[in-house]
Amino acid sequence: MTGRPQTAARTDRPLEDFAAEIGTSDPVVVVGGRTQWGVGGEPDPTAREVHAPRGVVAHEPAEMIVRVRAGTTVAELDAVLAEGGQTIALDPAHPERATVGGVLAVGQSGPRRLGWGPVRDTLLEARFVSAEGRLIRAGGPVVKNVTGFDLCRLLVGSLGTIGLLAEIVLRVRPRPPVAVWLRGAADDPDRLRQALFRPSSILWDGIDCWVLLEGHPADVEAEIKAIGPGFDPVAEPPPLPSGGRWSMSPSAVRNVVATLEPGTFVAEVGVGIVHESTAPPSRRVQPATAALHQRIKANFDPTGRLNPGRMVT
Amino acid sequence: MAGVASGEAACNSARQTGGVTDALAAELSAAMAPDRVRSGPLELTLYRRDASLLEGQPGVVCFPSTTDEVQAAVTIARRHGRAVVPRGSGTGLAGGAVPVGVDGAEPVVIVTTKMDRVLEIDADARVAWVQPGVLNLDLSRQVAHLGLHFAPDPSSQQSCSVGGNVANNSGGPHCLAYGVTSAHVLALEVVLPDGSLALLGDLDPEPPGYDLRGAFVGSEGTMGIAVRIAVRLSPDPPAVRTVLVDFASIETAASTVTGIIAAGLVPAALEMMDARITSAVEDYVHAGFPRDAAAVLLVELDGLPAGVEAATQIVADVAAANGARGVRVAADEAERALLWKGRKSAFGAIARIAPDYYLHDTVVPRTRLVEVLSEVYEIAARHRLLVVNVFHAGDGNLHPLLVFDRREPGVMARVLAAGTDMIAACVAVGGVLSGEHGIGLEKRDHMGLIFSDDDLDAQRRLRLAFDPEQACNPHKVLPSGSGCGDLQSVPAGAWI
Ligand SMILES: Cc1cc2nc3c(=O)[nH]c(=O)nc-3n(C[C@H](O)[C@H](O)[C@H](O)COP(=O)(O)OP(=O)(O)OC[C@H]3O[C@@H](n4cnc5c(N)ncnc54)[C@H](O)[C@@H]3O)c2cc1C
Repeated sequence: MTGRPQTAARTDRPLEDFAAEIGTSDPVVVVGGRTQWGVGGEPDPTAREVHAPRGVVAHEPAEMIVRVRAGTTVAELDAVLAEGGQTIALDPAHPERATVGGVLAVGQSGPRRLGWGPVRDTLLEARFVSAEGRLIRAGGPVVKNVTGFDLCRLLVGSLGTIGLLAEIVLRVRPRPPVAVWLRGAADDPDRLRQALFRPSSILWDGIDCWVLLEGHPADVEAEIKAIGPGFDPVAEPPPLPSGGRWSMSPSAVRNVVATLEPGTFVAEVGVGIVHESTAPPSRRVQPATAALHQRIKANFDPTGRLNPGRMVT
Repeated sequence: MAGVASGEAACNSARQTGGVTDALAAELSAAMAPDRVRSGPLELTLYRRDASLLEGQPGVVCFPSTTDEVQAAVTIARRHGRAVVPRGSGTGLAGGAVPVGVDGAEPVVIVTTKMDRVLEIDADARVAWVQPGVLNLDLSRQVAHLGLHFAPDPSSQQSCSVGGNVANNSGGPHCLAYGVTSAHVLALEVVLPDGSLALLGDLDPEPPGYDLRGAFVGSEGTMGIAVRIAVRLSPDPPAVRTVLVDFASIETAASTVTGIIAAGLVPAALEMMDARITSAVEDYVHAGFPRDAAAVLLVELDGLPAGVEAATQIVADVAAANGARGVRVAADEAERALLWKGRKSAFGAIARIAPDYYLHDTVVPRTRLVEVLSEVYEIAARHRLLVVNVFHAGDGNLHPLLVFDRREPGVMARVLAAGTDMIAACVAVGGVLSGEHGIGLEKRDHMGLIFSDDDLDAQRRLRLAFDPEQACNPHKVLPSGSGCGDLQSVPAGAWI
């Protein structure tokens, strides 16, 4: 057992080149795989486009971490992790195009959030380019760290309005030996959640439930028994309706979807995300909280040159 | 950390004239029950330190019981030009709650111990709203009947507050698999340093805007005072196995840790104790810890039964392959509890070795544990000090404890020098300054070892968004420098 990385670097260009490209003055917009381009609103069309560097720098299975450039696609990252028997549940809709940096900047977790936790908890270290064109490091390449303020959390979901991600270190996990999706009719999805210990995902469309069980084969078998009859293995989860991504307390899901036509939505049970076709109403942010947002943006990007047009609230 | 600050300083801690402090105390007394405002010299002495070796000087100490009272205390303190210092139970080890003021004015310490209620439990959503002064273990006790618990479990859990856990982003043995405090906090209501109230995060998974919740957790009291906290509750695992593994050398114990992680396991906990602490603990709890072991590992596996059994076998195999002398699997809950009691009372057991200890907290890559541990022992020997190691090995979180008797002349200087060398050794292999205790005052001046000026400037921008006047817990976490005027490197009024 050694601490040497398993993978040799396969990267395209130094981080400093990305910083130089971003420069210090004019407005820039960073382009990933354009799979979530509309989130936060269209960026200013006159802003100069830049692309984050690509490549997996080092996967260290014995540390359960991977260092990867932000422009790398999620599919490429996962292929490298698979060689070391590990994975990460970023789970974007289009892994072959979505970039790791893009997934973190948008900050939406995939449908396995119930079992794997939110995407934001996977980010250990970020190297990003500031509005002044400087390369900044936040966090560190270890799995536990309270050295200084947690800029990593701030960057996840910030839509590139605070700094542009160049390279990141993520916490990865062993690939589960068995993973199986089951489907069956269910009018009470919460019953499944209570009956199972840490299922990876429970999706519900008002008629059927899809449950993802991952882990040791004997445990998965026992959990299948615990679910009871009427559930059969299926190849994959249902397609998620696009257009509306609603976020609510998990205990509010039942009441909210009662007003929707069964079969037209997919709810992430225990998480509180409901996918359907209409967009949710925009939410009001308290004045003191809104003022904090403005001060953060002003302190990190006083001239508003990073991803102009994108709004986080 | 350094000794008594030198030089004439802008922020020297000249005592306030009685009249000024009296007016402040009177206004605070009008805002809350008068017996919850203390300014007598003897009472103030109790709040000069936390569990670190550092000391400061409070001007007034107050104990609000409601959000309104916290807002009033902050507003009054600011009107009098005083900084505020949030404080929970005072068990912090990095000097985070040690009161240091600005411009020679002693700060107002705001203690949360009177805000100790669990306000609301939603067992379905597995969330509870709590006040900041609720003790960590009390929270888990209050939800135990629902088959739930609060996952972060610092060894100080009987006495530390959830507010302190949030501020320090605290960890504990079971954070290896389940994550530190940040992963278990959904939302926070915070009194900002200007006295206003803000909700950070929310009960739903994707609240709009920046993750201000995440930015606040770990801010060590420098961004405001958490007055209401929504915590995630975790389901108790259906199966648990606790294993004690006995080794003839530190190296084989450390390589077993690396081997367990490399085998693809994420144990619920993976703790190491060296020979000295193992015997001290055994004298204390009589749990059958092997007194002649060079090191022991305490490994906990939890989850569903089959996976737990398989994982237990893997642990035993990896340990055997590394030359372990014995593997003991706790037979029942009582034995399990006893083993954990041993681990969690390690700091108490230290008293059997020497009267004082100085506990360090750093993290190194787990594959470098063997070499860093041997360097830690060498450093202690070089400074003629005794070191014991009891730590969260699974995530590479070292806790070298230097034990000493502070009455011995000159010993403090050696303790501090050894600590600095240990930090340097950890940083040299790619480690960081703190895994769970925080930076506070203690490690503030070491921040430059791992962050550039630009990196620190970015952190300062975040802090300034919350606290433009740097009035909330000033002088903590970030070294003085740009944006902070010409303050000396160690604030006067803080000493060991
Ligand atoms: C014997 C012993 C064992 C320990 N074991 C562990 C361990 O295993 N893991 C671990 O992580 N830590 C451990 N600690 C350290 C300590 O217990 C933790 O840091 C704990 O979370 C501090 O809580 P507290 O209530 O005592 O906070 P305090 O010490 O009172 O304050 C700590 C910091 O939090 C701030 N603060 C407190 N309350 C609030 C609030 N409501 N809003 C904003 N800021 C606030 C303070 O300003 C200060 O900066 C241990 C300490 C001791 C003495």
